[in-house]
Formats: sequence, C-alpha cells, structure tokens
Amino acid sequence: MTDKRSNPGRPKVVLEGLTKTFETKGDPLLVLDNIDLTVGEGEFVCLLGPSGCGKSTVLNIAGGFEAPTNGSAHIDGEPVTAPDPRRVFVFQEYGIFPWASVWDNVVLGIRNLSRDRQHEIAKEVIDLVGLNGFEQSYPMELSGGMKQRVEVARALAVSPDVLFMDEPFGALDSLTRLTMRAELIRIWEERRPTILFVTHDVDEAVQLAERVVVLSARPGRIADIVTVDLPHPRDLGSAEYGRAKNRLYELLGVSHKI
Amino acid sequence: MITAVLVLLLACGGLYFGLRTSTRTQEWALPSALAIALVAIWDLICRAVGSDVFPTPFVTWLAFIELLESKRLWGDVVASLFRVTWGFFLAAGVGIPLGLVIGWSTRTFRAMNPIVQGLRPISPIAWIPIAILWFGIGDGAGIFLIFLSSFFPITVGTTAAVRNISLVHQRSARNFGVRGLELFRRVVLPAAMPQIITSLRIALGVAWLVIVAAEMVGMDSGLGYLINDARNAGSRYDLVVATMILIGLIGIVLDLLIRRLERFDEVRWGYVQR
Repeated sequence: MTDKRSNPGRPKVVLEGLTKTFETKGDPLLVLDNIDLTVGEGEFVCLLGPSGCGKSTVLNIAGGFEAPTNGSAHIDGEPVTAPDPRRVFVFQEYGIFPWASVWDNVVLGIRNLSRDRQHEIAKEVIDLVGLNGFEQSYPMELSGGMKQRVEVARALAVSPDVLFMDEPFGALDSLTRLTMRAELIRIWEERRPTILFVTHDVDEAVQLAERVVVLSARPGRIADIVTVDLPHPRDLGSAEYGRAKNRLYELLGVSHKI
Repeated sequence: MITAVLVLLLACGGLYFGLRTSTRTQEWALPSALAIALVAIWDLICRAVGSDVFPTPFVTWLAFIELLESKRLWGDVVASLFRVTWGFFLAAGVGIPLGLVIGWSTRTFRAMNPIVQGLRPISPIAWIPIAILWFGIGDGAGIFLIFLSSFFPITVGTTAAVRNISLVHQRSARNFGVRGLELFRRVVLPAAMPQIITSLRIALGVAWLVIVAAEMVGMDSGLGYLINDARNAGSRYDLVVATMILIGLIGIVLDLLIRRLERFDEVRWGYVQR
C-alpha cells in the first residue's frame, strides 16, 4: 500500500470564491457567498454551521455533485467537474444499497479488480470497521451504527485520498456516535486521508477536527476558522478543549449556558 | 332455521372469546368465526325472504361439489388461467423494460407518459369489441385483454419506482463510477424491484378481475363463461354463486403465489417500515 502519511504543507482541496445561488420561484436564493478554503493533504477539517447555512452545498461542490455559480473547486490542482472514486462521499446511513449484502456493498468501488484482490481488500476494511461475521447480512438486519460502518468500509475499500462526510453520524444515538467518532479518528490516523466533515454539532467538531471552519447562517460565509491544537486521544475535560468549544459557541452566536 | 340461528350464536360466541385469546390464535380464529357468522346470516336471510332462485349456503355447497365432480370445470379453470398467464407474462415482459426506460430517461418520460396516462383510464372491458374484431372469439382476444389490463399497472408502477430511486443511491453509484448498463443492473433495477413486484401484484389482481368479465361477454370458455352459462341454462344460481366462490379462491392463491416474490433478501428492504 502506498504511503499516505500527510504532507501538511501541500494543499489538497482548494476552494476559491465559491458562490452558489439556487433558482427559486421568487428571487434567486444566495446560499454560499465567496467561500475561500484550503485543506491540506491528510488534514481533518470540519465545516460547522447552523442548518441551512450551505455547508452540505460546499461538500457537494467539492465532491463534484453540484457546480458552483461562481468560483472554483480544485483537488490536486485539477478542477472538480464530476464525482471521482478517488474521493468518496460518505452519506448518512442511507447511502449503502439495501438490496445488496454487506460484502456486495463493500466491494462496489473495487468491483473491477481481480477476485483475489477484492477479497483481500474487503476483508481488510471489514476488519478495520469491525464488521466481521456480518459479510452476508443485509443492511436492514443491521443497527444504525453498523450500517454506518458498512458505509465507511465501502468508502475505505477504494483507498480514497479524500473523504467527504456529510453529517455521517447524524442519525445515530449519542453513545454510538461517540464510538463511531473514536473509530473514525483511529482509521484516519492509520490511513491519513484528507477529511472534510460537515456537522452542526459543536462537540463533534471539537472532538474530531484539526481545524473547524465556522459558517454563518444563510448566506453561508466563513465566520472564522478555529484551530484545535490537541493531539488524539483528546481529553474532553481539558481546559483547552473547553476553550475551543466556547469559542465555537460564541462564533455561532449561541448561548452555551443552560 | 334453528340450526342457522344456533350457528350464528356459536360464531358470535367464538368471536367474543376469540378477542380474548393470544394474537396468534386471533389471526385464524377471528376471521373464521366472522366467516361462519356471515354464512349463517346469509342462510337466515334466504329463509326469511323465501326465494327459491337465490341459493342457500347448503345448496351452494352441493353445487360446488357438483362443479368439482363435473368434467367441464377444469377445462374452464385452465382456459381462464391460460389466458391470464400469457397476458400477464407478455405484459410484464414489455411493461417492465418500458417502465425502466420511461422512468430513467426524462425525455422518454416527457414523450410517452401523457400517452400512457391517456390510455390507462380506458377500461380493458371497453376494448372487448376490438379484441374480438382483431382476434375473434377465443384465447387470442382473452390474452390481448389481459395484456392490456396488466400492462398499464406494470408500466406505470415501474416508471414510478425508477423515478423514486433515492438521490443518495444515485450519487453513491456515480461516486463509484457505476454507469451505463451496469448502472441498470446494479442500481436502477434492484432499487425499483420492490415497487415493481407490488405493481405485478396489482396487475395480476386486475387481470383476474378482467378475465371473468371478458369471458362473460366475448368468449365461449373459462370461468366467466361458466357463470353466464349457468344462469342462461335454467337459472342455476347455485352454480353461479359456487363459481364466484371458486373465482375468489383462485384469486387468493394467485396473490399468495406472487407475494412469495416479496420474500427474497434482495427486495425485503422495500416492504419494511422506514
């Protein structure tokens, strides 16, 4: 396997002047306003913002599913025009195919490799997400957390260099969510893909990201970028952690004392 | 008379006690008790009205035995099933691929959907004169009518199924570079399959309704013809009702058979509540 250790100096995903308007029945709706963001190779960046701020739109544009009205998205210096198996989107649990077994879901992206190679990779990623013994199960037989693991395993099978994650743990209960975050960090440290992770959960952002990009409410603009300079595993009770959280709540304009 | 009242009382008692039993017992006990009660009421009404044309349950039972023992019944059953089978499979063979294409391609949808929607409300029964004109009295006309009555539910159902494929699944497929024929085989068809099976089920139900009507009007064999024949040959309403019950039973069996398709692992996800 190629060395995927990060090279933080090197820009991986570059968004320049991203602007997006949606045509609605009345006036055009400005969703994103002039987003500039550079994500370094192997970096873990969270996009944090209130619902409807356009953070998923940023991801959709970077992933090649939508075109910006203005501005551009580049990955490895090349303009993004369409989705690409080297950069995989991880949806909420519903992205996997309910008509296919866990195994068939996982090998989707590597279906053109030789049988032996498929076996080797699928075994490895199923092992990595802890789904051994469930290869022949169908998604409807699995819990929400396990479906999410399938989704992650399917993404990892293609050894992507970028993962776009759109509130991937949003549908899970809070305990499973914590476990999944720890797993994700473990996998990220092992394989070092560049991760762009969308969330509206301040805790999630502070627990995961190296940098948190805070977007304002519609139209989405970058309010600030907060660096969380804490090594993993992070101590959720530390003063540094608390400070980062407070700063994010402040930026979002939300009271965090109840 | 007294027997009927007693049976009715017993059935009501059965219903009453059935309500107190476990869910699993209720599943067969309640409908059985209710059916017995309804038969008893049927008997009571016959006696109260005193009609000698409309058959009592017992007379119907005798007619049912008479039917089963007669040689012609099986010929009529086979004739009806033959037409339904051919018409239905032809309709599925044309309707599913057509629905997949109409559902997937927006242009085809724009071009063809209005025509499909325009032809769909025309009752297959209205086509009977044309069917006879084209195919004469016999299996051809029956198969054609069943084809028509199954074709629209299957095509429209398949079209809707494809148009309902979730955006997330389409995007996953694109993300992993699935396109062309492979996209149909790996995503479009399996995603649409549960709803296609439902449309097949609806179509088969309609087909079984239509074949009886078609045979009553324009054919000289089949269960529909048998009903007409029984009435015309000396007002044998006992045979009419017995045939009706048989039609109902065969309809249930057909539905149970097609519902087996819903049990495959690849489609079960489509029938659970989400």
